[in-house]
Amino acid sequence: MAIKKLLIANRGEIAVRIIRAARDLGIATVQVYSKADKDSLAVRLADEAIDIGPPQASKSYLNQAVILAAAQATGADAIHPGYGFLAENAEFAAAVEAAGLIFVGPTAQSIRLMGDKVAAREAAASAGVPTVPGSEGRLESAEAAFALVEKTGFPVMIKAAAGGGGRGIRIARSAEEFHHLMPQAQAEALAAFGDGGLYVEKLIEGARHIEVQVLGDGRDVIHCFERECSLQRRRQKVWEEAPSPSLTQAVREKLCSSAVALAKAVNYRGAGTLEYLYDDRTGEFYFLEMNTRIQVEHPVTEMVTGIDLVREMIRIAGGEPLRIRQDEVRVGGHSIEVRINAEDPARNFLPNPGTVNALSVPGGDGVRFDSMLYQGYTVPPFYDSLLGKLIVHDKDRQSAIRRLERALAELSVEGIFTTKPLHQALARDADVKAGRFHTAWLEPWLESHAAALATAQPPSAVKVAP
Amino acid sequence: MATQQIFSPLPGIFYRKPAPDKPVYKNDGDVVAESDTIGLIEVMKSFNEVKAGAAGKIVRFLAENEDAVMAGQPIAEIDV
Repeated sequence: MAIKKLLIANRGEIAVRIIRAARDLGIATVQVYSKADKDSLAVRLADEAIDIGPPQASKSYLNQAVILAAAQATGADAIHPGYGFLAENAEFAAAVEAAGLIFVGPTAQSIRLMGDKVAAREAAASAGVPTVPGSEGRLESAEAAFALVEKTGFPVMIKAAAGGGGRGIRIARSAEEFHHLMPQAQAEALAAFGDGGLYVEKLIEGARHIEVQVLGDGRDVIHCFERECSLQRRRQKVWEEAPSPSLTQAVREKLCSSAVALAKAVNYRGAGTLEYLYDDRTGEFYFLEMNTRIQVEHPVTEMVTGIDLVREMIRIAGGEPLRIRQDEVRVGGHSIEVRINAEDPARNFLPNPGTVNALSVPGGDGVRFDSMLYQGYTVPPFYDSLLGKLIVHDKDRQSAIRRLERALAELSVEGIFTTKPLHQALARDADVKAGRFHTAWLEPWLESHAAALATAQPPSAVKVAP
Repeated sequence: MATQQIFSPLPGIFYRKPAPDKPVYKNDGDVVAESDTIGLIEVMKSFNEVKAGAAGKIVRFLAENEDAVMAGQPIAEIDV
């Protein structure tokens, strides 16, 4: 059943992106909005818009019943969840289908399976995809733990089973350290979480973050090659590119085939991303997790392959089979995306919502700006700080970086501080230019470049709201 | 004794508790020191503490837990 009217259960730049894709397919659009978003660009662009409640996401964009009611009230036949909010909520995907509507994404079952870390690791292992070596679940004794690390080798991370977000992690670099740290970690986990359960995982130091884009129709799956997103701050990606500057052709083929094997094994439908850690010294890669949604950084893949991923996922949701064969997917040139956030790099990335008094958007060949901004728009404080993404494409990586510098110089967002100066500094950095980085590279770099970033954005360019 | 107001330093969502399963920082009638935290403001997913700013006794809260607030909006009254 082809989709006629699509409701966008999201906001910000991704809502704008989805409206554009739907319109390119001749599909009518309904934009839901909280009271804080009634003047948003997505509301202005959509064919219809419907109020779903107060600014708090828990009462609007996360309110399943209200969103389903909005779809019924407007006669929408499909819901696109974007990313974040309800995008990876299996219960919501099931509720959408139970209401007789199309969920633009995978089945609730796929979301549930890939959302469960242990189940996803098992699925990967049975599809022959390597995962980070470690204990399968919690370890019952220090002896069992040591027997395991003798096999994985050092260094290892000792993690509290009940921990999360990096809490309760210790690193052991030798057997001696391991024997010393295990009891400490156990006692600490018990004190902090009321559960002394531990598990152990090999630490891949200096690893890169590489992910593979896949598209499936529930039967067949293709990959659209990889993206590298190693430049991260607090586990948030800030700069993404395609192709990865660090993969050899042989590893690329192995990595992408492994992603297809895993996605096929779970009969994946829609757009998805398999995330990996990659050790460029050994050429080994390890599956981390699968994101069962469109990702923020999808445009770099679109730029190098020419495939409109959002349009394809809508077509698939409407019941069409995959229209692209694997041998038709080719990478041309190099693309880089940088995230323009309402954060001040000079003040430890302090978020700063406010009014955009003036806006100049870069243009020209190979430049794309996916954003939610317009002149006079007031960025609300209630949601994440992503204002937009500046994406460039050129024949090779070096040219793409130069083009990025040119486009960043053309971009001007007056009235609020943005992360533009960070990206300008990164684009000039010798290591970035050489592609020499890993997931733990950016944070120390930010510390050593704090002084340069502090003076990069003159306060006179910004009128702070009273 | 004079009554003055505590203003939200930032726009965002106001929380009276450090976490959903924790008790409120302060109740109406509580005595507070200048540096006491009376709530949190969530701005773009980052959390910022709101301090009493003066020693005294909280008369009442003017903003509820999870209210959307503007910068400069009064969130509590305090007798100093």
